[in-house]
Amino acid sequence: MTELWAYLAHTPLLWLALTLATYLLASEAARRSSNHPLCNPVLLAVLMLIGLLQISGTSYATFFEGAQFIHFLLGPATVALAVPLVQVIHRVRQMALPLTLALGAGALAAIGGTMLLAQSLGLDTLTLRSLLPRSVTTPIAMGVAEQIGGEPSLTAALVILTGMIGALIANDLLRLLRVEEPAIRGFAIGLAAHGIGTARALQLHAEAGAFATLGMILNGALTAVLLPILVY
Amino acid sequence: MLHAFSTLLGLQLLGEIVVRALHLPVPGPVVGMLLLVALLLRRGAPPAWLEPTAQGLLRHLGLLFVPAGVGIIAHTDLLARAWLPLLLTLLLGTMLTLAVTALSLRLLLVLTTRRAPPIVEASND
Repeated sequence: MTELWAYLAHTPLLWLALTLATYLLASEAARRSSNHPLCNPVLLAVLMLIGLLQISGTSYATFFEGAQFIHFLLGPATVALAVPLVQVIHRVRQMALPLTLALGAGALAAIGGTMLLAQSLGLDTLTLRSLLPRSVTTPIAMGVAEQIGGEPSLTAALVILTGMIGALIANDLLRLLRVEEPAIRGFAIGLAAHGIGTARALQLHAEAGAFATLGMILNGALTAVLLPILVY
Repeated sequence: MLHAFSTLLGLQLLGEIVVRALHLPVPGPVVGMLLLVALLLRRGAPPAWLEPTAQGLLRHLGLLFVPAGVGIIAHTDLLARAWLPLLLTLLLGTMLTLAVTALSLRLLLVLTTRRAPPIVEASND
């Protein structure tokens, strides 16, 4: 048994297989609950894997040796987002002005809201600067955090948490606000909760997914330019 | 599928090269995506060989965030020390962003469709 564990603990195969298995399990739970927000497959799989790492005393570095093969696919998947985006490009052109203005309002709300909340709740400067780019997709957020004096690895964790919270609450909050149109819902979810929000929007509605992609890209680009200027 | 995957990876690579050559503040895959958008717009619609692979990857987009998500365990001390202010900032800040974006977009759409005359298709579309 210890010999078997000694083998398994050193092969990337174990954590690659477990990442897939926990996600399949989490997706099945999501499907059975008819995509209930609390049964978010990303959140469930992350919690299960953290539990498994704690129980087995495995480090994140060892886990990532296996999981990196899945992580790597984020690159080609990001390129693939062009496909749903092009399918709605006609509507995007018709809505160009409203989308641009709403982008500005949303990006400022994300940055300004975070700044006011973090300061009034007494978080320290390093945490604040790591928090500011939290609404945008991880690679952009980490780059911006470095530029404005935050801690990139902390930013990555906060970006992921933001995405999970967004995926969790977006649908109910937007229903409460009586926002029904898939395009508007999607744009708001992608802008506020980047890729994890976009994954949630794709789960709900194809058009919402396409507009979520748009919101994610536009906010990523705007925040990358705006935040370094606002901070200095 | 091989054709589609090579295209996606090739454009990602091209994106990485462009970002490094021009010192852009955006990730390489995002530039790769913009290149694919430009190619697809010239072509009119996504080719039949690209769509299944692209949609297949995107159907499981959530899975691809799991490895990075587990990375949260590297910051358990901060999360344990300041979990309440962090949770409040993330939760209220995200609610504010969602509400401001959705409500302003809806308002702007109502305003622009009411004021603008019926849209005549641009000839260079």
